[in-house]
Amino acid sequence: MNVQRGVELVVGLFVLAGIAALMVMALQWSNFGASRISGYEVLARFDNVGGLSEQSPVKLAGLTIGRVDSIEIHPETFQAEVRMVIDGKYDNLPSDSFANIYTAGLLGAKYIEISPGGALESLQDGDRITMTQSAIILESVVSKFLFDKAKE
Amino acid sequence: MRAVLDAIVRLGRVAIGGAVHAGSMALFALRLAVVLLPTWTRPRDVAQQVYAAGVLSLVIILVAGGFVGLVLGLQGYNILNKFNATESLGVMVALSLVRELGPVVAALLFAGRAGSAITAEIALMKTTEQLAALEMMAVDPMRRVIGPRFWGALISVPLLAAMFSMVGIIGGYLIGVVVLGVDQASFWGQIREQMDPWDDVAEGALKSVAFGAVIALISVFEGYRAEPTASGMARATTQTVVLSSLAVLGLDFVMTAFMFGA
Repeated sequence: MNVQRGVELVVGLFVLAGIAALMVMALQWSNFGASRISGYEVLARFDNVGGLSEQSPVKLAGLTIGRVDSIEIHPETFQAEVRMVIDGKYDNLPSDSFANIYTAGLLGAKYIEISPGGALESLQDGDRITMTQSAIILESVVSKFLFDKAKE
Repeated sequence: MRAVLDAIVRLGRVAIGGAVHAGSMALFALRLAVVLLPTWTRPRDVAQQVYAAGVLSLVIILVAGGFVGLVLGLQGYNILNKFNATESLGVMVALSLVRELGPVVAALLFAGRAGSAITAEIALMKTTEQLAALEMMAVDPMRRVIGPRFWGALISVPLLAAMFSMVGIIGGYLIGVVVLGVDQASFWGQIREQMDPWDDVAEGALKSVAFGAVIALISVFEGYRAEPTASGMARATTQTVVLSSLAVLGLDFVMTAFMFGA
């Protein structure tokens, strides 16, 4: 391989690397960094997920035990159907557990907090958490507060 | 009275010098524009210049990008931690790099590393009368010497800026996720959600293309008009770095105001 060819090869690689860097950044990182956890799936419906997204953490007592896998609109109820994967280690969550959407800190990302219930049966793969509380939208809280004040 | 008059005369001389400089650069740019496409009849010359300007700048660009990313991750973490919002570290690091630091810092480093080299090379060719020799042989130095170097710099800068940002984000990831324990899925998830391929990535790339054109033009022009002496070469190289850096920073403000401004 002569020198000129070597230079051209390196330049070709350089151009490809630059374009690849741009593409990776432009194409939304595809699924880079998504953590795959093996475990069981649980469904929950929320009136409003306000900012929850795929890969948002699912927490129990503040510790991450799973991830949100997908969020879709349920065609009949018009609610958001959240499918989450919970680590197989935590297979004894009571079936009447409660799912809340909270915000980490004042500005942070949204996550689902599971509050354990008291039932003897535990959640199985594909089960649905029926008791849910939607994300708190700051505007609605403020407007509720203002209306209550106005009534007094 | 005399001193004041002298000062005003000096000011006028500097102003006229600057205007002449700017004007001759504009005329030079027109002459260069004519040969830009014909330069591609010899694509190997361009490849050679991409190698000299771009590939050989990789080390400084990648190392600098890594450190900038590490520092951004560290500083960002400390600030976001106060608001309990360390999940947003990824998007903070990524947006700062893609929109601003990647194009600007890569361009500044490139002006120092490669722009000065281009100027010195052309100035030496002029000093040793190689450019005149080419003309004697009826070879247009604009087309054979200046054009490929302009293209080499113009092609290299956006690619280097993209790699700078990429490495920087990986640096931020190392500090944020691996060392400080930010949630990994949130780090990438927030980037995915809040970084727009057009508004952020494409406009950052557009910036770096503009910076590349400015640095390339200044580098070849300063080399071409250099005084054919040792000190003239030294002045030309300094001028390239100073002018390119100022032009990049000024242009960055203007472009940011147009693209991201209200």
